[in-house]
Amino acid sequence: MAGSVNDKISPPRWLLAELTYSCPLQCPYCANPINFANIKSELNTEDWLRVLSEARAMGAVQLGFSGGEPLIRQDLTELVRHARQLGYFSNLITSGYGMTEAKIVELKEAGLDHIQVSIQSPEKTLNDELAGTESYDHKKEVARLVKKNGYPMVLCVVIHRKNIHQMHDILAMASDLGADYLELANTQYYGWAHLNRDQLLPTKEQFVEAESIAQAYKEKVKGKMKIYYVVPDFYEDRPKACMNGWGTTFLTIAPDGTALPCHSARELPGLDCPNVKDMNVHDIWHHSTAFNHFRGFEWMKEPCRSCPEKTKDFGGCHCQAYLLTGDMHNTDPACSLSPDRQRVYDAIFQARHDAESSNAKPLVFRNPKNSKALT
Amino acid sequence: MTLDTTKTLSFSPYLRLQWEEAQQKHVILYPEGIVELNVPSTEILKLCDGAHNAEDILVELEEKFKQPGLKNDIYGFLEVAIENGWVS
Repeated sequence: MAGSVNDKISPPRWLLAELTYSCPLQCPYCANPINFANIKSELNTEDWLRVLSEARAMGAVQLGFSGGEPLIRQDLTELVRHARQLGYFSNLITSGYGMTEAKIVELKEAGLDHIQVSIQSPEKTLNDELAGTESYDHKKEVARLVKKNGYPMVLCVVIHRKNIHQMHDILAMASDLGADYLELANTQYYGWAHLNRDQLLPTKEQFVEAESIAQAYKEKVKGKMKIYYVVPDFYEDRPKACMNGWGTTFLTIAPDGTALPCHSARELPGLDCPNVKDMNVHDIWHHSTAFNHFRGFEWMKEPCRSCPEKTKDFGGCHCQAYLLTGDMHNTDPACSLSPDRQRVYDAIFQARHDAESSNAKPLVFRNPKNSKALT
Repeated sequence: MTLDTTKTLSFSPYLRLQWEEAQQKHVILYPEGIVELNVPSTEILKLCDGAHNAEDILVELEEKFKQPGLKNDIYGFLEVAIENGWVS
């Protein structure tokens, strides 16, 4: 039941600390909210130190420092040091922009466990075009420096229609950079990616081909490079078990202190997500209306409610249900049993139409100017 | 895979093995993941310290647990650990 207090609530395991919405890049598939430019307040250092301590005391152990670009925060090293003292396994999720070798060493000494560098494309022109900033050469240099300084090299490439045909080159780049982990993240359509979906969503044929190339490579590099392949749920029959179940595992804290059950949840209307400035993390996790809203199965409508697979996928993604049907309580249309499945077919059709059109729409880049114009 | 039982084993410097109070378990932490361990697996991994090989680990743990015949369990787990990149 919405808002009820469940005695069997599992503690958070993963904490995503979105330190800032500021970013020197303008990627048109960014997961940040469209209105990020209007959310100006940021937690101070003391608040972040407290949040890290409170979440760790509950059992959170995997920690991501993200953004925007987390390197922009002047107190990053202090936060990393505190995280290490608390026993977190911490990850810096960065574009690499603005990173220096001195900073890489400083963060390592403070106790950072790994750095995930994102590269937009193995081709310089496309990388720089998508990032909205000339950054390709520097990103590759940062990836090499990460490896050189004893971190596991975690490379992330977001996949969409502009780069999906480059899968062979993406894999070769990962190998060339000595990546220990490669995240091939098919774009998930929230935030700016939702806005640009017609220009980003690949065709089914493109997906099938790219996936088979990636899977074959995965076998080839087994034991040397670990590949995480984030599936594109528009071409699946069943939805993803989003966030491993709402309020079971993941906790995101947005730059202004808003606590979110998933990083897109602030797009959901009427959830009234709590803020760490008003409540401690324990009370947010256990007692807030937002974190209890989709716990359990009572909130479900049909066809989820009577579905035997509800314990596996928890009804899918509520943000996707909202974006595609207007009601976050509906079954995620990524499920073929959803009565709104047609919305997914429509999206696929529109994207194909855009791809084949001689008059394709331009990408809307994620920057403060566009954010303000759209909100 | 055949385990070389005379090769010295080390836990990966990229990962961390630690006790988690909330779970009352040891875990392996690695980029994007957590593996929960039982007591025997933890004991084996703690001995992958750059000084022991698989034969040493077997002798030491059979002695510690006062239980012979652990060879298949210990070598089997080490093969899994090597395949997953936890140990090399």
